[in-house]
Amino acid sequence: MNAPLLDVAGLSVDFATYGRQARVLDGVSLQVRAGQHAALVGETGCGKSVTLRAIMGILKSPPASIAAGSIGFDGADLLTMPARQRDALKGTAMSMVFQDPMTALNPVFTIGDQLATIIKYADRRMGVRRDKQGRKQRVIEVLDQVRMPDPERIFGAYPIMLSGGMRQRVLIAMALLNEPRLLIADEPGTALDVTTQAEILALLNDLVAARSLALLMITHNLGVVREMADYVYVMYAGTIVEHGPTEALFERPSHPYTQALIECVPKLSGTSTFKGIDGTIPDYVDPPVGCRFRPRCPHRHDACFERPPNVTVGANHVAACWLRQPAEEVA
Amino acid sequence: MIEAPLLEVSGLTKHFPIRGGIIQQRVGAVRAVNDVSFAIRKGEVFGLAGESGSGKSTIARMVVGLYRPTAGTVHFDGSDVSGLIGGRDYRKQVQMVFQNPGSSLNPRRTIAQSVAVPLIFHDYPKAKIADRVAELLEMVELPRNFAIRYPHELSGGQKQRVAIARALAVEPRLIVLDEPTSALDVSVQAKIIDLLAGLAGELGLTFLFISHDLSLMRNFCSRVGILYLGRLAETGSTIDVFGSPAHPYTQALIGAVPVVSDEEAALKPSIPALSGEIPSPSRIPKGCSFHTRCPFAFEPCRQIDPEFTIVGQGHEARCHLLEERTATAATVPVSPVERSAHP
Amino acid sequence: MAVLNNGSAPASVEEAVPAATISNAYKNWYRFSRNPTAVIGAVIVLIVISCALFAPWIAPYPEQVDNFVDFRARHLPPSWEHWFGTDNVGRDVLTRVIYGYRISLLLVVVVLGLSIPFGVMLGLMAGYFGGWVEIVIMRLTDIALAIPPLVMALAITAVLSPNLMNAMIAISVLWWTWHTRLIYSITRTLKTQEFVEAAEILGASKFHILFRELLPNCVSAISVKATLDAGFVILIGASLSFLGLGVQPPTPDLGTMVATGADYLPDRWWQSVMPGMAILVAILGFNLLGDGLRDMFDVEDVR
Repeated sequence: MNAPLLDVAGLSVDFATYGRQARVLDGVSLQVRAGQHAALVGETGCGKSVTLRAIMGILKSPPASIAAGSIGFDGADLLTMPARQRDALKGTAMSMVFQDPMTALNPVFTIGDQLATIIKYADRRMGVRRDKQGRKQRVIEVLDQVRMPDPERIFGAYPIMLSGGMRQRVLIAMALLNEPRLLIADEPGTALDVTTQAEILALLNDLVAARSLALLMITHNLGVVREMADYVYVMYAGTIVEHGPTEALFERPSHPYTQALIECVPKLSGTSTFKGIDGTIPDYVDPPVGCRFRPRCPHRHDACFERPPNVTVGANHVAACWLRQPAEEVA
Repeated sequence: MIEAPLLEVSGLTKHFPIRGGIIQQRVGAVRAVNDVSFAIRKGEVFGLAGESGSGKSTIARMVVGLYRPTAGTVHFDGSDVSGLIGGRDYRKQVQMVFQNPGSSLNPRRTIAQSVAVPLIFHDYPKAKIADRVAELLEMVELPRNFAIRYPHELSGGQKQRVAIARALAVEPRLIVLDEPTSALDVSVQAKIIDLLAGLAGELGLTFLFISHDLSLMRNFCSRVGILYLGRLAETGSTIDVFGSPAHPYTQALIGAVPVVSDEEAALKPSIPALSGEIPSPSRIPKGCSFHTRCPFAFEPCRQIDPEFTIVGQGHEARCHLLEERTATAATVPVSPVERSAHP
Repeated sequence: MAVLNNGSAPASVEEAVPAATISNAYKNWYRFSRNPTAVIGAVIVLIVISCALFAPWIAPYPEQVDNFVDFRARHLPPSWEHWFGTDNVGRDVLTRVIYGYRISLLLVVVVLGLSIPFGVMLGLMAGYFGGWVEIVIMRLTDIALAIPPLVMALAITAVLSPNLMNAMIAISVLWWTWHTRLIYSITRTLKTQEFVEAAEILGASKFHILFRELLPNCVSAISVKATLDAGFVILIGASLSFLGLGVQPPTPDLGTMVATGADYLPDRWWQSVMPGMAILVAILGFNLLGDGLRDMFDVEDVR
């Protein structure tokens, strides 16, 4: 197996809020390899956007501060490398597909202008010489790759002239312009209608697979995860509670939170129970001691006041829970 | 149908004028809702599903009397209420729960003040208001001390519970639920749906449930209507519509739902992915409004808007393919819309 | 990005009693207290208000306020006895400045007291009802906004007799327009919020929706606007007096004092510079406080 392209290890992030410290990420580790489609899934306020911001280096500090851990990219630690070097990676080797197609494009510039400018700046940083015509060619080439009808016309169009799905394609094109190796997708397709979403997800999947990019997508939609990802990280209250290959994780969810979350998704078969999960996500200023899911967990017991171990429950499948036994012992 | 329906909507139409020019003259219309008819029996949960621009929220607002229909009627319990924008009796009978729990409560008023609004305006005895508010909070499983809190101190799910309590205050018979859980996480959504189902049984409520989430609808509704560009494409019992969807749009919609198990994936109709996007309601295509995206579209679809074809007991759909099939059923027993799995 | 969640971690919804909730008041205070210019503004405004309220007790020579003449003490430069010096008839300038704040604040209270309720009410109605109500109110407002307030005030006081009362009326006549504009734009956005639709469905009256649902949501914007306004009203009042169309001598008004003192510039500068500084400090205080409140309440519409 090849070395991971993105290697987040033991990442902890603190937020200063009204004079108090909140540990919003607590020892988050995740890896994405080239060709892998990884998903980070969790509910509102679980820390998935903070993780994304930390990786992209767009966390506002203050209030945020990185308390521990490292973010390895292609063997180098993003957190310790010089700012210039890190900036040079953004938008080139690692890029991002933004969530909201309605606000991520500047309404006063044409699509072509906005995309060409991104190439221009990247070229300048990388010391590449390319003229205006060359940049336009590249933009049209990428617009064509995202299956945009009539890319020449789209080049001169303003965002307002495009529908939501077309704008989402532009955002994908934007992320692919400089041939990234890692693509981060923030809630791909959630702002779109379900029929359009299906089309966009299929497109994203094809593009990523054809280039064997490392894809990390961040989402709350378990259905999207199952259709798009081959490896899943489940996040709860700033911790990774379970991770494993998609099929194993959906077939044999091993953390009580993952189990409850999958249970909560309404089933097309009409067999949903609507039990839900009691309580709410904890206050990060004063989180529960030990397992952060303990107060809401139906299986909680005394051991849960200690931080749970990462138990290997199957091939590449790990759950942070006191209830689980290592796979060998089970077998 | 033995019993008369509680709510009967017939030929409901709403066009919003588009104004332009110097004197703001009418230059066109957004045809948000076009000739929609359905009936809801007492105690039933009727679902209206649709994507953006399908007119589902406009229908909800006409049913509760926030908008006046351009054409068509709304009958509640046998009497015509389509003109009653401010009718007090009707206000008591029909309530609404909104999509966004963050904006449906006034941020500057306490929970008790918000819940008490309908009580004050429907002449509830002043002395009993505090008790009634406490009772309502209990019904939605919130602690009594929430009465003195402000909305920003509550989570999204808790705010939605308050909105439900407020809707229940005047003991309505019909509640319109406009995407009540689409802004919530699935774990919270499950709790709210569970609460609504419980209340419906306990208080004998009838729901008009508006959503774009088909999986949710499959579990919560007894009958559904599928909207496309302000028109009903298909209606029928939930089991029929999901089990054997007749309209190509319904099939595509169900086929596009991301699911979490193989068992569910097997239930999805296999239909080629739709191309393009929903046209704007200000420029509805001629003929069948779905023909621009329909993989099976043929000549009549571009010209003639299809009428409803009955495909089963209380199950009808608007599609030329179905007309063909019923007409030629005796000779050519071929279904033009094949599905991969039959439950 | 919802970093903070207001719930603690209850085992069930019934027990869901958020423990670690930070109140809005605390959040606002926290933001305000860490904004140095806002705190400076608040301190200045407090000093100005206390000067006005407690003038007889604070002023060093309260007997020298108006009809007092001591020709032996004319034109004395600033000293330990007279911090701001004395004027052309021997009155203590500091005393008159402190009393001058009374007049200025009286002007502010009356002008804003008249124009805000009127302006807010029109703004609420125009924003909520729309249609003809909106067209009539907003076109009227546009016309009124096109007239410079100082010119209007000059015209009115020139026609009527120049005195404090007429100055207040003259300023109020146009002042409401700004509030109408502000409240109109806020109401237009609020109107589409679901809580307003909810109140309609629940059977609430128009009165309830305007004053119980919409108005409370305008309060922070109104308070920011009123604070910023206070400075401008002081300035316009002083300008009118300076031109001889506002408060008449011997009433101690800052604008009149600047005007009278201007005759003795530059040698006896303190007679006009000190009251001028007093105007500047008061306006600065109100503006800093207003900006601080705006950041605290996070209301962008107010200018």
